[in-house]
Parts: sequence; structure tokens; C-alpha cells
Amino acid sequence: MDTVNYRDLAVESFDTKTLLSHAAQQAAQRRYEDFLIVDVDAHHYETDSFAEIIGYIEDPIMREQAQYQGFGRTGIASGPGSYQNLAGRVGRYPGVQKEKTPPTPHRDITLTKRWMDAMGIDIACMFPTPMLQLGTCPRIDVETALARAYNRWLVENVLAHEPRLHSTLYLPMRDPEACYKMVQDFGDKKGVIGFTVVSPVKTGVYDNVYAKTWRAIEERNLTLVFHGAYTWGGDQQAELCNRFMAVHALGFTWFNILHMTNWLCNGMPERFPNLRTVWIESGLAWIPFLMQRLDNEWMMRSSEVPLLKKKPSDYMREMYYSTQPMEMVNNREALELTFKMINAETQLLYSSDYPHWDMDLPSTIYDLPFLSEQAKRNILGGNAKRAFNLGPVVSEVKSRRLAERNNANA
Amino acid sequence: MSEVLVCKDGEIVEGGVRVITAGEVEIGVIRHGGKYYAYRNHCPHQGGPVCEGVRMPAVLDIIAPDRTFLQQDYDKNDMHIVCPWHAYEFHLEDGVNVCDKRIRLQKFNVVEKNGAVYVNV
Repeated sequence: MDTVNYRDLAVESFDTKTLLSHAAQQAAQRRYEDFLIVDVDAHHYETDSFAEIIGYIEDPIMREQAQYQGFGRTGIASGPGSYQNLAGRVGRYPGVQKEKTPPTPHRDITLTKRWMDAMGIDIACMFPTPMLQLGTCPRIDVETALARAYNRWLVENVLAHEPRLHSTLYLPMRDPEACYKMVQDFGDKKGVIGFTVVSPVKTGVYDNVYAKTWRAIEERNLTLVFHGAYTWGGDQQAELCNRFMAVHALGFTWFNILHMTNWLCNGMPERFPNLRTVWIESGLAWIPFLMQRLDNEWMMRSSEVPLLKKKPSDYMREMYYSTQPMEMVNNREALELTFKMINAETQLLYSSDYPHWDMDLPSTIYDLPFLSEQAKRNILGGNAKRAFNLGPVVSEVKSRRLAERNNANA
Repeated sequence: MSEVLVCKDGEIVEGGVRVITAGEVEIGVIRHGGKYYAYRNHCPHQGGPVCEGVRMPAVLDIIAPDRTFLQQDYDKNDMHIVCPWHAYEFHLEDGVNVCDKRIRLQKFNVVEKNGAVYVNV
């Protein structure tokens, strides 16, 4: 049998001339050589040469940021193109990617417990990182699909296997039915201690479409978390900022100020009196500001918010707040007053935010000179136990150390 | 005060760091520009291993005579030690924090003699 001329696509490497061989045939058949052809819109992928291109950036600091971040989807020119790690000054993000872990348990469990044990943390509530911007994705169905995938993955692969890890699961806020279903489907799973509104969302948290979700969380005795975050590209206000420090300082605080204000002005604490709320990763300085601001307005405009039976700050003092990033540069007096204003002894919850660049160790609370020993213990663990109904889980490392101490004293 | 051997001269490469433990004190010995610098490996902010981060030159905003912003640039004569935990920055030359002069790293004298490097602890 004669051998036919063939190409095996399974082994053939890509070649532009092969892909366009029919175009070449057309060119020959039509005798394009008889006249001039000019293409006024042709493209190449400059990303392939980005490593060379950045050498031509004249500003050396910008050049280094570009080198560190790249040009891809989250690169220097993209909407969320931040440089949180300060162009390599904070090196733990790339470092941990190379960190070795055993095949089991899940790598996330091993890595999380390593830093928890180093810091002396018994229980941690886990949050995602890039998903904090998922609410800005223009495709709502993508947000919903990813939120469900992430929540289910976390529940099945991490929370089910490690009693020291918990989470308040992501709510895809632009899909209210999906939020409700999320609570129904995952609210009773092991390790789920509540649900999270990731704060850069362009929806009013007071909207009636969420009422049944808030009710479902409340009925399950779970906790509703508002987690601060920033947006940059695509946000008219944030786009006025040209340095990440500005975007971060304002964004993480602003969105919780917005949701807290709406939460109060719509009487949500009265409508959902048993729904515990926790306000996370906005630091503390915003709370006294907002308390004073809203109280002042309320005294003049209470007719506008008739559900409120007491001052906005009175409701705020019944809510919970996480500590990090705690503003503590030469401001002990202000910090002490803030603690007093928010009833920190019963309402403040320690948070590290590790491994992020502005993380706080437990010593940021433990070393505060104006707190009693009991207040320190409440803030570092006792208040969270109450706010999230946590069980009596302690770290293996600390249990061992305690036993050794007890043995030594016996 | 005791003299603690750090290394033979040249064992720390240019731009490198060796962390030694002298009693209960961790000291980072940094070689930069052919000189040695020694600081306690403890950031006054939250206790991070400050000598184990990167060294970066100071960043400057370049402002034109008409006060418009031109660009940023490095001042390579002012190298900073950057704490790997939170990026607090300290002048390599004297260990003073770049934002608040009252905050400083504990500095140790470095002695080079007989082909070896020592710190006085």
C-alpha cells in the first residue's frame, strides 16, 4: 500500500506557517504579488517580551514594581494592580510558595497551623485573599459559581479535617438567591461559624432581598461578618488615588463605614436583634469617628430612622470588631479611649491577618499597658469564643507546653 | 563585653547576611559595599527578624523647580534595612528608623582583624 502524505496533530508542534497554509494558498491563487497589501491593524503579544520591555521603563522604582508584579492579569497595569508586598520588601508571599509540606493533610492545613503554632494561636477563622475583589467581577454568574466552588472546597477539604480551622463563608452578594442557598447548603457544615459580606460590593446590605438570608443566619445562631477590602480600577473614587497606600488606607475602612451606616440607618439591629455582626479588617480608628458622626446626625434626624430606639453608637457598642490593623503609632491615649468607646473588653476580637503585609501578632494586644489581664484574655480569645460560639479546641503545641509546665511544677 | 567571631573575611558575600547567636541575642551581620554592619535581629515594631529582610535604597520623589512631580528614584547612598514582617525601614548606616528617629535598631561594633570578622557583644 502506498504511504499517504499525512500530519499527526498529536505530535506536531505549533507552527504559524502551517496554521496559515490555506491563507498562503489564497495569496498564491489570487496573485497578491501583483499589488501592494497593507494591514493597518495587526497585533503581537508584547507580554511575551515584557521582561525586555521593563528594562526600558525610565523610572527605576516603577521599573522594579513592574518587574515584581509582571504585566498579566493582576500585573502593574491591571485594575487591581496593587503592589501590596512593596515590590519585594515583604517577601513571604513568593517564599511560602516554595515551602515544603507533607502530602497529607491538605497543604493549606499544614501551612496555616505552622504560623498559628508559631504565634500561639489555637483557632483561626480563614478568609480568602484575591476573592476579596470577586464582587467587582462584571460577570455575576462567575462570582456565584466561584463562591460556591470555594465554599464547598473549603468545607470538604479543610474545615472537615481540622477542628482548629473555621470560616465564615463567602456570600455572592449580587445574587441574593444564591446567598440564601449558600446559608441553607453550608450553614450546618463542620467549621462554618457564619457568613461574610466582602465589603466592596455595590449593593445595599439593607435591601429586602437579603432579609431571608440574614434571618437564616440568625436562626442558625451563626454570625454575619463584614470583611473590609479595597477596590482600585473601576471605582471612581479609588481611581483618584495613585499610590497603593492611599487605596488601602481608605478602601479597607471606607466600605465598612458605608455598610455600617446603612445597617444602622435601616434599623437592621432592631429587625434582626439576635444576629451578631463582626466588622473585620478596618482597624479601630474609624469606629469612634462614625459613632460621633452618626449620633450627631441622629439627634437631628431621628424621624428619618424611626426603627432606632437608641443612639447609633449604642448599637455599635453591641457589635464586634476585629483588631487588625490596629493603629498604634504614638497614640496610646487615643487607643485607650477607642477601647473604652467600643467596649473592647467584651466586643473586640484579636485578628492577625497573617500572612498579609500589615499583620499583627497577639503581642499587639498582650503588651498594651492599659488592659487588665482579663481584658487581654477576652480580646485574644474569650470574646471570639462568645461571638462565634466556638468549642473548646486548643493547639496541640500549647497543650504539650502546658503539660510540661504542670509536670515541672508537680 | 566579649568579642564574638562571626566569620573569616570574605565568607559573607557582598550583599549577604549572617545571623549569629551570642548568648540569648541574635545578631545580623550584613556586608554591604565592602563594609560590615551588625544589628540585633529584632525589629522594635513587633519583634520581626529585621536583618533577614532585603536591603533597598531610599526612594525619593523627584520634584521639579516648578513643584510638579517628575518621577521617583533611588538614593543609592542611603541603603535601608527592610524588616520582612511589615517593611519597617532603617538606615543601614546607623540603624535609625526612616520615619521616626526615636526608633532604632540595637547596633554592635564590628571589628575586622587577622582576616576575621568579630562583633563586640
